[in-house]
Amino acid sequence: MSAEAPLGAVVTTPESRHYWEGVARGVLLLPRCRACGKAHFYPRSFCPHCFSDMLDTFEASGRGTIYTFSVMRRANPPYCIAYVRLEEGPILLSRIVDAPFDTIRCDQPVRLVFRKTAEGDAVPVFAPV
Amino acid sequence: MSIRNKAFIVGIYEHPTRKAPDRSVAQLHAECARGALADAGLSRDDVDGYFCAGDAPGIGALSMADYLGLKLRHIDTTELGGASYVAHVAHACEAIAAGKCRVALITLAGRPRSEGRSGTMVRSHPADVPEVSFEQPYGLTTVNMYAMAAMRHMREYGTTSEQLAWIKVAASHHASHNPNAMLREKVTVDDVLNSELVADPLRKLDCCVVSDGGGAVVVASPEIAASLKVPRVVVRGAGETLKGVHGRAGVDLTTTGAAMSGPLAFEEAGVTQGDIKYASIYDSFTITVLMQLEDLGFCAKGRGGAFVADGNLISGVGRLPFNTDGGGLCNNHPANRGGITKVIEAVRQLRGQANAAVQVPNCDLALVQGCGGSLGTRHASATLILERL
Repeated sequence: MSAEAPLGAVVTTPESRHYWEGVARGVLLLPRCRACGKAHFYPRSFCPHCFSDMLDTFEASGRGTIYTFSVMRRANPPYCIAYVRLEEGPILLSRIVDAPFDTIRCDQPVRLVFRKTAEGDAVPVFAPV
Repeated sequence: MSIRNKAFIVGIYEHPTRKAPDRSVAQLHAECARGALADAGLSRDDVDGYFCAGDAPGIGALSMADYLGLKLRHIDTTELGGASYVAHVAHACEAIAAGKCRVALITLAGRPRSEGRSGTMVRSHPADVPEVSFEQPYGLTTVNMYAMAAMRHMREYGTTSEQLAWIKVAASHHASHNPNAMLREKVTVDDVLNSELVADPLRKLDCCVVSDGGGAVVVASPEIAASLKVPRVVVRGAGETLKGVHGRAGVDLTTTGAAMSGPLAFEEAGVTQGDIKYASIYDSFTITVLMQLEDLGFCAKGRGGAFVADGNLISGVGRLPFNTDGGGLCNNHPANRGGITKVIEAVRQLRGQANAAVQVPNCDLALVQGCGGSLGTRHASATLILERL
């Protein structure tokens, strides 16, 4: 396979720093609300489901399925953007890697892997199981 | 309070240009404003309310109102991407009903074609936009985000590329009668299916055009409207909403905000889908049309593919004539925002001023559906129902 398409730069904010620190350690940290018990994505300082600010953080398993995807053929090299539904519930935007584009399907099982940006920051992406 | 029958659309103008390298964006706004006021038979000094959105240069309306020399008592710069101008009509009705203004001017203009801005470019936003930290690394473009909505719709409902192609075919039939349309050649389903794959499953001909230009609309009180010579087109109902992916509901890319704004508009108007003779449906991509038609209730959810097939959207052929100017898919998508041209073509139909070959007979009730932002992430939906009295 030819070279993989580059990722865009990682931008951190006060609300996203914890998440990206986890990614740098090779884990996907998700917030779960102590009030309503639901996990959410993207991480923020309160629960978007019930508006409580009592949040815990847990480590996601990294297992999920592809909710939907699209191969950006116009880009050189092309890349596959996707929404991945984690087994814990939340759906996050990501990329599918290590897969011939024409084999990628909705609802296909995937697992968390990491890639580096040009600046050397890790970014969570997903590969077929 | 309802806005039903509280205000009239008295002026419309679509700029004929599709490429304007030698005009400024502000100038295009001004040319559109002059055109719509002339259409209404009103003057610049009659305007006391002004509406514009993110395509207008400067902070909100500050620079444009100064540049145009407007004397205002009502200003609304609601920014809903391409849906802004559909919502602006509704907001103008609210303002007029509340006595805040009597003549509202709405303008849009832009030069994405001359400036080389298209939906295949990676979008970049300031770091303090809350989702940016979690989205920006992955390469979002306008087209691949709408493509993901199409992909999931295909998965859940069995929608096909052939069915999507019918939407472009219908738009191209209409554009063939529009001398100003950017793409005037009729295309076939096969033409669409054989066009370049841009972002699976969307092909080049599933996408709207990138055009320079603009448009303007004038909304006026019943008293002002009664004094003018233009046909009487009244706003019967409106609805608007926002839909995202990271809030309470989570990611659901197969339903648009039209599922909320549509029923609000129908309820206010007191009419049903079967009463609508013509529909302007926001058409950034073919999938945008298909999903909104379902969510507006023109067919059952998931049946949009069957509904649009076999020419059902072609004027004089099918059951629901749509975008008879050729729409964003073939005619014009100025400033990469299709809202105002949707309003304009609906008013032309109601006035009996559409191109003769696509004019819907006895067109007395029309729907306008706007979609701004991205169906793949966050979008605004605005619906209007207009009537010829």
